[in-house]
Amino acid sequence: MSASTDTAPSGTSAPPPPPPAPPALTPRELGRWAWRQLTSMRTALILLFLLALAAVPGSIIPQRNIDAVAVGRWQESHPRLTPVYDKLGLFSVYDSVWFSAIYILLMISLVGCILPRVRTYWRGFRARPPKAPRNLARLPESRSLALDEEPSAVLERAGEALRRRRYRVDIGEDSVAAERGYLREAGNLLFHVSLLVVLVGFAVGGLFGYTGSVIVVRGQGFSNSLSQYDDFKPGTFFGPDDLKPFNINIDDFRVKFLRSGQQAGMPTDFSADVTYSEQPGQPERTQKLAVNHPLELDGGSVFLVGHGYAPLVTVRDGDGNVAYKGPAIFLPQDSTFESFGVVKVPDAMPEQLGFEGLFLPTYGFTMRTGPFSRFPDALNPVMSLLAYHGDLGLDDGKPQSVYELDKSGVEAFKRKDGRPLRVDIAVGQTKTLPDGSSIRFDGVQRWVKLQISDKPAKGVALGGVLLAITGLLASLFIRPRRAWVRVRREGGRTLVELAGLDRSSGGNLADEIDELETQIQQQATPQKEKP
Amino acid sequence: MTPADFASFSNNAIAFASVVYALAFLSHIAEWAFGRSLPAEAPARTTRSAAQPVAAGVSAGGAASYDAAAGAGVSEGAVDRDGNDLEAKAYNVEKFGRIGVALTIVAALLHLAGLVTRGLGADPARVPWGNMYEFSVAGAFGVTLMYLVLLRKYSLRWLGVFVTGFAVVVLMLAVLLLYVPAGPLVPALHSYWLVIHVVAAVIGAGAFAVGAMASGLYLVKSRAERRADAPTTGYVARLPEASVLDRVAYRVHAFGFPIWTFAALVAGPIWAEYAWGRYWGWDPKEVWAFITWVVYAAYLHARATAGWKGKGAAIIALVGFGTVLFNFVGINLFGSGLHSYSGLG
Repeated sequence: MSASTDTAPSGTSAPPPPPPAPPALTPRELGRWAWRQLTSMRTALILLFLLALAAVPGSIIPQRNIDAVAVGRWQESHPRLTPVYDKLGLFSVYDSVWFSAIYILLMISLVGCILPRVRTYWRGFRARPPKAPRNLARLPESRSLALDEEPSAVLERAGEALRRRRYRVDIGEDSVAAERGYLREAGNLLFHVSLLVVLVGFAVGGLFGYTGSVIVVRGQGFSNSLSQYDDFKPGTFFGPDDLKPFNINIDDFRVKFLRSGQQAGMPTDFSADVTYSEQPGQPERTQKLAVNHPLELDGGSVFLVGHGYAPLVTVRDGDGNVAYKGPAIFLPQDSTFESFGVVKVPDAMPEQLGFEGLFLPTYGFTMRTGPFSRFPDALNPVMSLLAYHGDLGLDDGKPQSVYELDKSGVEAFKRKDGRPLRVDIAVGQTKTLPDGSSIRFDGVQRWVKLQISDKPAKGVALGGVLLAITGLLASLFIRPRRAWVRVRREGGRTLVELAGLDRSSGGNLADEIDELETQIQQQATPQKEKP
Repeated sequence: MTPADFASFSNNAIAFASVVYALAFLSHIAEWAFGRSLPAEAPARTTRSAAQPVAAGVSAGGAASYDAAAGAGVSEGAVDRDGNDLEAKAYNVEKFGRIGVALTIVAALLHLAGLVTRGLGADPARVPWGNMYEFSVAGAFGVTLMYLVLLRKYSLRWLGVFVTGFAVVVLMLAVLLLYVPAGPLVPALHSYWLVIHVVAAVIGAGAFAVGAMASGLYLVKSRAERRADAPTTGYVARLPEASVLDRVAYRVHAFGFPIWTFAALVAGPIWAEYAWGRYWGWDPKEVWAFITWVVYAAYLHARATAGWKGKGAAIIALVGFGTVLFNFVGINLFGSGLHSYSGLG
């Protein structure tokens, strides 16, 4: 600015010429500048804040890879926000471009920060302590005292005391220079490098692993192939052929609920007995599967993550033939295990039948709430269903959920007053529908939800975190420190000056210099012999 | 004693602990009230006074820099402008300060007894942190414990009024709003990682709480130090120097951070791997534990960055403790996710 006013010719009305543009940065300079900006501590701080901020929405908005059902429910109730959120990737924050961008930038910044420091550290690691400054009294902590001994003896003792304190010591002619705490920076560097290791482990697990879940009714089995899964999320580099062909059969499942007290209904224990074989034809083994006790197999671990009810029903069509017989999986809606589900009967003649409604493990009813479940255990199970007839839409090839009824082609059975017919049946009861078909509630079976997952490089991630903590401890608690002692003869006595300098904040230098002073003062006393 | 006896003993012990904490709080209030017109210690030997008890003949209850003030800053027979005897005031300050610390120790013992019997009161006996009530009681104990452990080392008595106040508020809220009778654990908590993970989290969070108090007071004190007309008496004037507060805050945070790292990023993931089949799944609780970790990492970096030192770092520390609280209260009560053990239905 000042340059342009200087060059403006004075006394003329002509407008001053535009200030000369600064010389354009060469791409090399620009790159250098950008790199310096990116690797500065200030940028790292801002990126850390951004990372913290960016993680927040994922804890508030339902996430697809955590609870897809919740995402669906949220989207239904926010039709206008959904497309916007979808565009922004807010339903899968932690895979989104912007979240990845932040942590990748942070990692680059980290690498850029530590690479030069590693180089500096490598050179500094073998360095000798710096020579004593001229004026020790100017340092943050300094003392001086006078002794009667020879200077060399004092220096020797000071050096010894400093060595015992694990200083690196150089004894000169009239001074001692000492430094310690070289490992602090090593810890710091180790911590930051370890974070990269953790990230690599995490990424490998995500790319080469998979997670899937499946609901298996008690007494039935599961074999590890893609078609068997209800839900399957492979990593980018994981193909369905990589699945190991193990088999699991759910032989038994037990659950206990607290029967009384304020927390009645809380589950206290659930576990399943399973029989498995790692490969078809290999010997079968049995194991108890429970929360915190997974089954670890080659190519995946099996976890018991949930359970619920599968009422057994028999549906006869209008012609009197059995059109459906077996368990129907109902999904629990809350902690009372009030469960929602459907029974689809595509084989019923003349029209297909469908049922949709609730399974209540312990039936309760009030006029205000209608039917509800009093208790999560199956003490008095009742099904409360609406019955539909028509076309279930299963034949046109469109995929549909087994837990929902496509109602576009079906019509509810009506009561005489025109309201939809509700079928409430207890175990053993049969209800006949207006078209002559019937549904019977035969009994209750339970199902378990298994999660099967494989995350390679778990050990890498864990090892990385442990190394990071080791480095962190070193970088937080090792105090790099310098100390100097200088002696000179004056008036027949030895004048001793000592001083210290903390190279990290938070230290307690005064104590150390005090102790050093005491040790220098002490006359060399013979070592006490151990008894 | 039967489990039911233990459970009712626990309830009584926690109630008594709250009362004793309240008395300790009042005692610290009295300490500061008597010190209101006492001049603050002359800022001599400040580099030493923070971390090393000044030899002022003080043996119990932590020698603080103002302990020295009680003797050093007041010359014999000094009288303030209203004609009150400053020496008597200094004596009262010291007396109530020590009573406060003693009561805090008694309250902490009752608190501990309440926690232990709470575990024995469940059938079968278990660790006393399985629901929100117990997390709150255990968390408040973590804060008190951290304070008492560091009291001597860092001369923390100026924190007493905040620590005891915090304990009273948390215990009251726990008893009034969060209480559930002692009962068995939900199956997801049947694991020894419950001990490792939760103990580490409680200690880490306790350190962060004490650190946040120190950082908050640092902000107040450094503001007062910048003012030319800052009062020379009263609580703020009698606090240690801002640089000392900053150092104490840093040390407490530096102690808490590795423990938090272990709790949130080692013990938590290992347990999650056993319980849920994935070591990290961005569950809301995990997200906020991660956010807390990142914010405190930023705090440690900020202390080493020009322009962020001091005030900036202290504010980041307060934000960090805010995320701890939100994770504990917000996510447990209003959030969904896998860590839903509040026991409040």
